[in-house]
Amino acid sequence: MAKAETEKIPRQKMPEQPPLERAKNFDEVPLGLSPEAAVKEASRCLQCKKPACVEGCPVNVDIPGFIRWIREGNFTKAISKIWERNSLPAVCGRVCPQENQCEGRCILGKKGEPVAIGNLERFAADYERAHRKAPKPEKASPTGKKVAVVGSGPSGLTVAGDLILKGHDVTIFEAFHRPGGVLVYGIPEFRLPKEIVFSEVEGLEALGVKVQTNVVIGRSITVDELFEEGYDAVFLGVGAGLPMFLNIPGENLAGVFSANEYLTRTNLMKAYKFPEYDTPIIKGKNVVTVGGGNVAMDSARTALRLGAENSYIVYRRSETELPARAAEVHHAREEGVQFKLLTNPKRFFGDENGRVTGMEAIKMELGEPDESGRRRPVPIEGSEFTIDCDLVIIAIGSGANPLLTKSTEGLKLNSRGYIVTDTKTGKTTRRGVWAGGDIVTGSATVILAMGAGRAAADSMHDYLTLGW
Amino acid sequence: MFKIVKRQEMAEGTVILNEIEAPLIAKKAKPGQFVILKANETGERIPLTIADTDTEKGTITIIFMIVGKSTALFSTLKEGEGYMDVIGPLGKPTHIEKLGKVVCVGGGTGVAVLHPITRALKEIGNHVFCVIGARNRDLLILEEKMKAASHELLVCTDDGSYGHHGFVTDVLKDLLTKNDDIKLVVAIGPVPMMKACSGLTKEFGVKTLVSLNPIMVDGTGMCGGCRVTVGGKTKFACVDGPEFDGHEVDFDELSLRLRAYVEDEKKSHECFLEKIKG
Repeated sequence: MAKAETEKIPRQKMPEQPPLERAKNFDEVPLGLSPEAAVKEASRCLQCKKPACVEGCPVNVDIPGFIRWIREGNFTKAISKIWERNSLPAVCGRVCPQENQCEGRCILGKKGEPVAIGNLERFAADYERAHRKAPKPEKASPTGKKVAVVGSGPSGLTVAGDLILKGHDVTIFEAFHRPGGVLVYGIPEFRLPKEIVFSEVEGLEALGVKVQTNVVIGRSITVDELFEEGYDAVFLGVGAGLPMFLNIPGENLAGVFSANEYLTRTNLMKAYKFPEYDTPIIKGKNVVTVGGGNVAMDSARTALRLGAENSYIVYRRSETELPARAAEVHHAREEGVQFKLLTNPKRFFGDENGRVTGMEAIKMELGEPDESGRRRPVPIEGSEFTIDCDLVIIAIGSGANPLLTKSTEGLKLNSRGYIVTDTKTGKTTRRGVWAGGDIVTGSATVILAMGAGRAAADSMHDYLTLGW
Repeated sequence: MFKIVKRQEMAEGTVILNEIEAPLIAKKAKPGQFVILKANETGERIPLTIADTDTEKGTITIIFMIVGKSTALFSTLKEGEGYMDVIGPLGKPTHIEKLGKVVCVGGGTGVAVLHPITRALKEIGNHVFCVIGARNRDLLILEEKMKAASHELLVCTDDGSYGHHGFVTDVLKDLLTKNDDIKLVVAIGPVPMMKACSGLTKEFGVKTLVSLNPIMVDGTGMCGGCRVTVGGKTKFACVDGPEFDGHEVDFDELSLRLRAYVEDEKKSHECFLEKIKG
């Protein structure tokens, strides 16, 4: 197709549930491209000789390659192409920050809108899940080596998917009762339906990966014992998993949650279906979410779906510093989330039953840049005000959960408790042990964790076949 | 599935004992640690402290009082049936050391949690006094076992139907008055009881351990739902506890946090009772 012609086709819009309708249900917000729209969108790709998009992808999916198959209407070949590099396309198509990665590098984006790579990836994955036509990837003959993967989030699933294909005997250990890690307990149903994650895990199980839920490595079994039981290599992908609090008065009132708890109750435990499901959740009318990242957006949007009349984001910096993806901020705003920017909580108030009833906050202004390069928020003296609220969600990030690292000898940790690894291979300071994902980097993205998993899997394979 | 190999009703059917097949947990569990149980797909994750383990049979025992929907659901499970999920052992084990004279105080189903701790304290060479209490004689549990696990067992009932007429704190006070060489008190039971015991032992200056059972989701330090204030600092009962210095715990905050879902719990329980009736 000639260049002039491709540039005329506009980026195909992803159909979505209308904002005010979707703010009342937990169904997925984007509805997915139709095959016609997908083919049309695929035809916008210039098929660059040196595709910058691939460099922008942490797992280097052959993006022009799979898009070419979509353009030709061969969706099955398209998914096989993606699978060569990415075992979780239905997930990545939904939650990757494409604007900073593949799409951020797309040449079309320089003058107009980039190719909707994420939407196309999602389309190919969803098509395959509905039709099941693509041949399963081939497995190498058994090596006789046993691998333990600790944690079933994005990095662990990637390691498991890579190493099973290379002929190793892989077992995933998950502390929760369902596999998927943050994909299941953290990311809400309306952004990533859980059925999709379970289907990806079932795909791994079909390839021979064993999944043991309800096993807390560090408590039920230690890493030492895994080696004693005959595992040859261990990958630690346990996530960050330690909620941060503000450490201000009133934070232990009932109705003040960490985002981890709020989202786990709602997503993993399905509290939004209470009392059909037994786990309850406090349904606030006036909800304050403290923080400005994706998890904060997820929390504030969840609160709306659970019936909040007012759902506020309280963030101490300004709009431009919001760490959430622009698309998430946009979605939140469309649904009615109200942003109270340059605002910092000072304390929470409660009633005689110990339930939160309000928050005192102070207005902030931006001062000189701090060590992160962002302008430091400074309180404006005397600008205190109160917000009535009956539910508060603290979404200011996670720290390193020490449960596993403290029970495992020989792992070097940094000053903040994260595992120190070789950045290229994911090797820890303990022989036979690799780590990746948020327990190494601190809270990051699904795809970065997958990239770390991919690197570790390559290194583990080398170790298992060649030696340390 | 984690199969129930033995089910027993105690305290007029208000308290249930389940011995559950969980070899991995049985091998690891130490006194003071807990498990999280979930009965079925739609169930809630409920933390319960382990009452006993049998490493040969690969079983753990839990003892719970029927207080709401989830425990009512647990109580319907028969021998041969089981729990969909059991996770553990979680939490820090009790620090067991030889100190001399110690007192173990248990109220309600707290006695079940206290039993393995009492036994361990005796085995290591302490002289163990044990005080257990209940509202009345029929609600008292594990009397014989506690007798065997301690040197001296003192029983009390609120209504005087058996043993000493009064609260465990009365008996504890008497013990502390008569023995000025008591080194440790372990008090496990309902929050008001642990609060009262801790208040009393503080007057006598005797170190006191309590075992807390706040609302919890994951049990691995991930959600912070179980946070308690201890010595003015926020702690997570699931990983920093469940045992804490009773003199430092903010019991009032704990009581209020335990009531966070009281309306929902009532609703859920009512729905369940309707369902099993219908």
